[in-house]
Amino acid sequence: MRLYAVVAAGGFRRYATYRTATAAGVFTNTVFGFILAYTYVALWDERPQLGGYDMSQALSYVWLGQALLMTCSMMGGGFEDELIERIRTGDIAVDLYRPADLQLWWLAGDLGRAAFHLLGRGIVPMLVGSLAFDLALPSSPGVWVAFLVSVALGVVVSFAIRYLVALSAFWLLDGAGTAQMAWLAGMFFSGMLLPLTLFPGVLGDVARALPWSSLLQVPADVFLGKYPGWELVRAYAFQAGWALALLLVGRMVQSVATRRVVVQGG
Amino acid sequence: MADTTGAVEVAGAADAPGGRPADWPEAVFAERSRLVEGVRAYGLIVMMWLRSTMAYRASFAMTAFGNFAATAFDFVTILLMFSHVDELGGYTLPEIALLYGVSGTAFGLADLVLGSMDRLGRRVRDGTLDTLLVRPAPVLAQVAADRFALRRLGRVLQGLLVLGYALVTLDIGWTPLKVAMVPMMLLSGAAIFGALFVAGGAFQFVAQDAAQVQNSFTYGGNTLLQYPPSVFAKDLVRGVTFVVPLAFANWLPALYVLGREYPLGLPDWVAFLPPVVAGLCWLLAGLAWRSGLRAYRSTGS
Repeated sequence: MRLYAVVAAGGFRRYATYRTATAAGVFTNTVFGFILAYTYVALWDERPQLGGYDMSQALSYVWLGQALLMTCSMMGGGFEDELIERIRTGDIAVDLYRPADLQLWWLAGDLGRAAFHLLGRGIVPMLVGSLAFDLALPSSPGVWVAFLVSVALGVVVSFAIRYLVALSAFWLLDGAGTAQMAWLAGMFFSGMLLPLTLFPGVLGDVARALPWSSLLQVPADVFLGKYPGWELVRAYAFQAGWALALLLVGRMVQSVATRRVVVQGG
Repeated sequence: MADTTGAVEVAGAADAPGGRPADWPEAVFAERSRLVEGVRAYGLIVMMWLRSTMAYRASFAMTAFGNFAATAFDFVTILLMFSHVDELGGYTLPEIALLYGVSGTAFGLADLVLGSMDRLGRRVRDGTLDTLLVRPAPVLAQVAADRFALRRLGRVLQGLLVLGYALVTLDIGWTPLKVAMVPMMLLSGAAIFGALFVAGGAFQFVAQDAAQVQNSFTYGGNTLLQYPPSVFAKDLVRGVTFVVPLAFANWLPALYVLGREYPLGLPDWVAFLPPVVAGLCWLLAGLAWRSGLRAYRSTGS
């Protein structure tokens, strides 16, 4: 357990080194936050209460999306590129000999990365957004805590998906294609483009049932107080269920890969 | 002026009025040859990357499709919005599709030709820029052609499709002038975005880790222009008109075609300024690039 804590701390510190990159990222998130916020204002001006959100809730949703974009790796950009590279070059063989669980090792590192991005890339855009627009910020500390738990679960779901993406490199060698497909699905089905409650009919039902909704839609709804009382447990169960299922699949794929596939250069 | 080779690639900055020092024939001649040299180097490196891309055809097909789909999602978002409303900021779907198609295509062209510029920061950081400096070819051409990604055609194609949809569905009283505006917008827009890529590259000589700042102007600017100016706050519109002149890449000429009022109460003739603005942008970007390159100190490792 201590080992993984150290790995997580390492993941945090690793991203904390890139200060200019973090500042540049905050700038980008803020710019896109403004652009999106204005389009949402135009949309909600026409249709107040669209998707069950009022104007300030919709605007909060925009800025939450910018704040969580990197934390939940909705556009990829976490450990998976490195893992794909290690599988491609055969370095993965070294990792398999280590006295640590491969999946937990990468999960710990990714949790550290997510924690850094939440602090480094999340807080400032949210603050700027709340100064420029009238946001619906939760008043009770309980909601903030509930939100953070939901974000943590979202990060695990995101990790589990990206772990599967990376493992595909065992078969495809070049993981860029799969990574991009996963990235596209993440963008669309997380609710990053528009809240999933605005998706029409069956598309909306499917989108809300897929694992990607754990990345933004669910945490945002927790933040906006859409899950009062026991409803919150149901939201958590949805996220945790996907997390567990995907982690288990990842484990199975991993054991198949390491048993059946010849490691490059081995 | 070998550093502005890309200009010729994109829109022919030589058309920019007043840009040619006519009193200096031999200087012009020297610049010409270095320009040709730059274009040639760019072409050669691009060919090399094309061959390497085609070695993994399945991967190329997937990533090209991905590029197409990723940008298509932007338009899907707009379609989803219009499943709830009839107008956004007072504009109908075909009108927004015109804005979107012009901006998307122009940006896609610039991204295809110069999209690799944002890798410059990494090269400055790890010192691999030095290898480019010692090669007998203009650095800008080398950086721009570095890892040339044909998959970016996906973005151009997507922009063209939406533009085609707009031109078919829009009810415009076409005049020869309005027809001529369409290719003019695309080329000038691509040139303005292209200048932004080069200026962003120059900025990365200073801030090596800040590729994202460049992206927020290029990709962010593209996203901004896909919506009508009436959606945004006046100050934001002022910013992209007078500071980073993105409004000339799309809004001002496109609103002329649509017969709409310009933002900020600008006069009619500004719709015809894009080529001039593009030329000015390239002049400034070229200067920025030169001073950036001159200020470059290797990592020394």
